[in-house]
Amino acid sequence: MAKITKEQILHTADLATLAISEEEAEMYSTQLTEIITFTEKIQNINTDGVKPTIYGSDNDNVLREDNAKRTITQEEALKNAPSKEDGQFKVPSIME
Amino acid sequence: MKYETVVGIEVHVELKTKSKIFSSSPNIFGEEPNTNVNPKDLGFPGTLPLLNEEAVEFGMKAAMALNCDIASETIFDRKHYFYPDSPAAYQISQDKQPIGEHGWIDIEVDGEKKRIGIERIHLEEDAGKLTHSSDGSLVDYNRQGTPLIEIVSDPDINTPEEAYAYLEKLKSIIQYTGVSDVRMEEGSLRADANISIRPVGEKKLGTKTELKNLNSFAFVREGIREEAKRQEKMLDKGEVIQQETRRYDDKIKKSVLMRIKGDADDYRFFPDPDIPPLHIDEEWKERVRKEIPELPDARRARYIKEMDLPAYDAGVITDTIEMANFFEETVEAGADVKQASNWLMGDLLGYMNKELKEVQELPIKPKDLAKMIELIKDGTISSKIAKDVFTYLVEEGGDPEVYVKEKGLVQISDEGELTKIVGEVLDANEQSVTDFKEGKGRALGFLVGQVMKATQGQANPQMVNKILKEEIEKR
Repeated sequence: MAKITKEQILHTADLATLAISEEEAEMYSTQLTEIITFTEKIQNINTDGVKPTIYGSDNDNVLREDNAKRTITQEEALKNAPSKEDGQFKVPSIME
Repeated sequence: MKYETVVGIEVHVELKTKSKIFSSSPNIFGEEPNTNVNPKDLGFPGTLPLLNEEAVEFGMKAAMALNCDIASETIFDRKHYFYPDSPAAYQISQDKQPIGEHGWIDIEVDGEKKRIGIERIHLEEDAGKLTHSSDGSLVDYNRQGTPLIEIVSDPDINTPEEAYAYLEKLKSIIQYTGVSDVRMEEGSLRADANISIRPVGEKKLGTKTELKNLNSFAFVREGIREEAKRQEKMLDKGEVIQQETRRYDDKIKKSVLMRIKGDADDYRFFPDPDIPPLHIDEEWKERVRKEIPELPDARRARYIKEMDLPAYDAGVITDTIEMANFFEETVEAGADVKQASNWLMGDLLGYMNKELKEVQELPIKPKDLAKMIELIKDGTISSKIAKDVFTYLVEEGGDPEVYVKEKGLVQISDEGELTKIVGEVLDANEQSVTDFKEGKGRALGFLVGQVMKATQGQANPQMVNKILKEEIEKR
């Protein structure tokens, strides 16, 4: 049985910059371990000779010609931004 | 203790396609912020990447020019990290199957040749640009999605000078292929260095630090030197080097800690299911390979061997493909090889550096330079007047022969006319004549100068010298 540890939860939360308390980490650890254990049943299926599936189709070399076009304006680009300044998105400082 | 420095360099090169790598937004540097973006670039849900064929071919071309094996099958992966320069919270890159592997660059430092291995070259997208201020950061996503190749060297570099030579050579080769402007000042070429040291004779690599913010090749050289020194001091004191990212501060000439690397670097790579795999068959590879022009090393060797050009000249002339082409066309138009090289290396490069322009941006044409060199050779203009004519060629452009005639710059080589002028100069400078006769050689130079002045520099200098001596004899 694979266990998702509290440390793994905290590490993942850190990568996603999510604030998670120790208690929440404990809770998620239990819940996710249960989920993973459940889905582990799938590991019992014999997959000998089956190619790994990454893509939803068998297409390859889906390419586009190098033509440029403008589709939206600066105003449209910034329309949904909660904060903007000088034609740019404004975000909180996250430089440590 | 004696240490050996071990350096690997990562270079990012922006490819100059018309559109971005995964969207059709324009790929142009220096535009108004957030004008070259579309919903895909901004990471909106539901948008899909569509791979730019030209970006793939440019990547192949660069990888081939750097002697890489080209992948027959390759895929794109998502590299996850959380930072506002990446709106999707992942960068599309290539992890396990890069487009090129196992290449190399030959460099030369102080006459010593060395081959620097290239571990891999992969395609990826550039991120947006952040400007930090006191109350937040501003984000411009114009650069988001610009096609990039990342060129990762093997840890074969052992001195700051080798790093410098590697970068110069890499830049020159990429420039020849035409896939990038490779302008460090515009960020279309960026370099990071991984630096470690180990006691001489030790096989195991030491802990490396990554040096970023290297804004010029000179700073790469300086940064590596200073960082190696810092590590040596630490090891000598028995301290332990930490794996960390540092930036080079050229004002204080020291590397400064940015962040300690550790668990934070967990990119959770996985294949991007939105981009179907890429099969590159031999036919496609060959078609791209045929488009690669003769590269700087081959050209340099040819100029030395077939044109008898000195090695130094050949190195300077072949730095950019435009300069090399200009040189070849000048010679083809009939100019003497060494004369053509002298004008290009001296006056033309001098002018380009002063004006910060490339040769292709100037109005001067190879056939006109060749004609000017011919005019000097046949005595129509003096080499002094040629400087004037050259200025006209680089600033306005045109036929030097017409210009010389219109401006009345044709050299005076008429013996009778020169003898008359020399006579007048001698009459006006009797003291100098006496001085010369008393053995003061310098007086002759003064008299030549006076003749040149009287003719506005148009007198044929060899003839002036000869006639002056003859006329003084007669007095």
